[in-house]
Amino acid sequence: MIPAALKYVEVDSAAAAVAALSEYGDDAKLMAGGHSLIPLMRFRLAAPAVIVDISRMGGLSDIRDAGEHISVGALARHHVVENSELLQAQAPLLAHVASKVGDPSVRHRGTLGGSMAHGDPASDLPAAVLALGGSVVLQGPDGERVVAADDFFTGFLETATAETEIITEIRIPKSSAGWSFQKFNRRAQDWAIVGVAAVLGDDPRVSLINMGPSPMRASAVEAALAGGASMAEAASLATDGTAAPTDLNGDADYRGHLARVFVERALVEAAG
Amino acid sequence: MQIDMTVNGRAYSADVEDRTLLVHYLRDHLGLTGTNVGCDTSSCGACTVHIDGQSVKSCTVLAAQVRGADITTIEGMANDEELHPMQEAFRQCHGLQCGYCTPGMVMAATSLLSENPDPSEQEVREGLEGNLCRCTGYHNIVKSVLSVAGGQS
Ligand SMILES: Cc1cc2nc3c(=O)[nH]c(=O)nc-3n(C[C@H](O)[C@H](O)[C@H](O)COP(=O)(O)OP(=O)(O)OC[C@H]3O[C@@H](n4cnc5c(N)ncnc54)[C@H](O)[C@@H]3O)c2cc1C
Ligand code: FES
Ligand code: FES
Repeated sequence: MIPAALKYVEVDSAAAAVAALSEYGDDAKLMAGGHSLIPLMRFRLAAPAVIVDISRMGGLSDIRDAGEHISVGALARHHVVENSELLQAQAPLLAHVASKVGDPSVRHRGTLGGSMAHGDPASDLPAAVLALGGSVVLQGPDGERVVAADDFFTGFLETATAETEIITEIRIPKSSAGWSFQKFNRRAQDWAIVGVAAVLGDDPRVSLINMGPSPMRASAVEAALAGGASMAEAASLATDGTAAPTDLNGDADYRGHLARVFVERALVEAAG
Repeated sequence: MQIDMTVNGRAYSADVEDRTLLVHYLRDHLGLTGTNVGCDTSSCGACTVHIDGQSVKSCTVLAAQVRGADITTIEGMANDEELHPMQEAFRQCHGLQCGYCTPGMVMAATSLLSENPDPSEQEVREGLEGNLCRCTGYHNIVKSVLSVAGGQS
């Protein structure tokens, strides 16, 4: 189908994007890769009157070593994240997860910033950023602020990003800890029915895909591991605090079962 | 808005609505109907073209977003009467049945080989994950792609 009528504007800097968002208000939407937004627009589930295209803006797609962390520009496409030697060496979970998103053509367009901003509980990259303890840099009319990924996802398709803010960067702490990513789906290219990302550093972090309204951490599992529980004991707590959806792919109980199984597999693999 | 781009080496310009998707720009405004539309959900890959050499689903890009870019569609693959090696391989290996998915398959497969010139069978299958064949002719599609890959190395 065809999106509703819209006005297209292209901006060439984060400051210009913020100015456009301030000018057009509610009616405007930023567009990065467009691979979440255009599908919604084609179904008229979204009908922004103004599209502010940031996809070709310079300076926001670099991946660089910033000392303690790797700085990934919000406009870095999945394909670039997947093939980044810096990320493969310093935060391999993120590069690996990027390679599991959708299919190659989707990865040529979609961006890390767009994936974070969309905040879909079924998406892969937010889970990786959560498990790695990353943070999101937002630029708005009053300047810049940094929000931990832990505080970023606030509800179904809702994030801490204000209407007049743009994500400019995602910060990923360097990590040499054991990690694992488990994505369960039944058909090639599909979204995860349930997924798990785990990073077993000093402070173990485990995140869940499609187990609640937003990308989330498995806090009970993490606390059990920190308290010395076995992996099997910790994994048995995978559904604590979750609210898994029921849909054509499975009901909440089935998802709960998958979460326990895949959390245990993730812990075993990450520890291995 | 006025949208200029280079398609198959030729400069085009058309005045279209801002909401125009690339696939509709190509088909309805430039008359390049080799690129198909097979779904509403960005899943099937029938609409795959190259933007600056990389495979992209043209139903999931606004034409405005690729102003000035270099686009290749299936019409740009053959050299006059001489088929592109990938097209020839699909013909030789019976890689098409009804042919609906074929333009997208050829574009996805050539993009795959430009990134990974000598893929394994598994890598070809994963590389074509975003392209569905409703005739389910995957076996011969994979064979076609592997025959070009082998031929290249
Ligand atoms: C067929 C298909 C399969 C897919 N499969 C998967 C999958 O398996 N796993 C997965 O995780 N994802 C999947 N995706 C989604 C894909 O990863 C998207 O690219 C991603 O979710 C959104 O990134 P984008 O750059 O395309 O964002 P856009 O669609 O451009 O934007 C999405 C939202 O984020 C906002 N936004 C974008 N950039 C910024 C920014 N810098 N600052 C503030 N707001 C911003 C936009 O306003 C919009 O609301 C799939 C998509 C398709 C079409
Ligand atoms: S028509 Fe573009 S993916 Fe199906
Ligand atoms: S040959 Fe018929 S859809 Fe693939």
